[in-house]
Amino acid sequence: MAADFVTGGLRRVGRVTVDAVTRLGFATRFFLAVLMHSPSALRRLQLTLREIYFSGVLSLVIILVSGLFVGMVLALQGYDVLNRYGADESLGILVALSLVRELGPVVAGLLFASRAGSAITAEIGLMKTTEQLSAMEMMAVDPLARVVAPRFWGGLISMPLLTALFSMLGIYGAYLVGVKLIGIDAGAFWGNMQAAVDFRYDIVNGIVKSFVFGAAVSLIAVFEGYEAAPTAEGVSTATTRTVVVSSLMILALDFVLTVFMFRGIR
Amino acid sequence: MNRATVDLWVGIFVALGIGAIIFLSLRVGNLTTASHAPGYRIEAEFDNIGGLKLRAPVKAAGVVVGRVDNIRLDPQTYRALVTMRVDQGYQFSRDTIASILTSGLLGEVYIGLDSGGDTQMLTDGQRIAKTQSAVVLEKLIGQFMFDKAASGSAK
Repeated sequence: MAADFVTGGLRRVGRVTVDAVTRLGFATRFFLAVLMHSPSALRRLQLTLREIYFSGVLSLVIILVSGLFVGMVLALQGYDVLNRYGADESLGILVALSLVRELGPVVAGLLFASRAGSAITAEIGLMKTTEQLSAMEMMAVDPLARVVAPRFWGGLISMPLLTALFSMLGIYGAYLVGVKLIGIDAGAFWGNMQAAVDFRYDIVNGIVKSFVFGAAVSLIAVFEGYEAAPTAEGVSTATTRTVVVSSLMILALDFVLTVFMFRGIR
Repeated sequence: MNRATVDLWVGIFVALGIGAIIFLSLRVGNLTTASHAPGYRIEAEFDNIGGLKLRAPVKAAGVVVGRVDNIRLDPQTYRALVTMRVDQGYQFSRDTIASILTSGLLGEVYIGLDSGGDTQMLTDGQRIAKTQSAVVLEKLIGQFMFDKAASGSAK
């Protein structure tokens, strides 16, 4: 009996591992297939523009509002601590560095995953459930080129722009709270910030991060949608998975990228 | 949603996004004070660099004229060898004094350059002969305590 219990447990572990590796392999092949179909999809630019509209433009409101409030709260909390050490003029540095390096890409990525990623998955999943994808194949239209690739590129292009807007609004929010409300000197706020934030080291790395997150979220979203079980339950599971997996992926990737990018100034 | 509307909104979105990147680069970052501006390197040896870090500013009369490029220990003399990159527009005389200073009590550490009267100017790769090391607060306090104790026992 005990032996059965052990082998049963091991078998379960084995199955989970094999499933995970299989899925990873599927995702990789899917990614390559999307890349292969991208040239023909990008030739019909209108499709991608439409997806930029759906995942980028329609996410603007939530990104802008969250950015503003994150910046304002960061300024209030940062001021509270910095003031104890008489360093309240470093508020600009604190806010700008944390937004440009970390909070901008990560929070914008999380919002993007829940706002746009879930919508993409649900849409593709429902297309699959209602056999629209099969119908396209019947008509010799490749769904990878017609449906999947434009959504992938739309997300990839939208994400860095959304991140930049998020960071900008955050810094503006911090300016509102720090300079207009608390009364830090505006010259010191901007001046210290400009002295501390390096273009290549901080801003470019932040943009690179947002590109990587954009690619990860878009890929997960289209993959989960495309691989969803063609039932109502399958679509709902896939949508949940998109949000959970891409959020975890953003956090994991962020750690890895930060280790490589900000390991101390070279 | 017709095509023209989509195009318009995507156009607005992309323009806003690029505007934000430009804002971050120019207003938040230091692209205007270009870290990649043409410059030349000069070296200086210090007994102790204190808390000097890479990319710390090099200032003359309080104006930032360059950045610290490289810090390493000279294995022969056991002194710190600091390489700094000075903007092309600024020239300093051969007898310039480089000192490691701190802005305020807890502020950032930077290198201050005081130009001398020599008519020959420092060129790329040259070394500043006269340097002044960082003031290490702990040593200063230790010395002060020692002096106090010495004068106390003498009485």
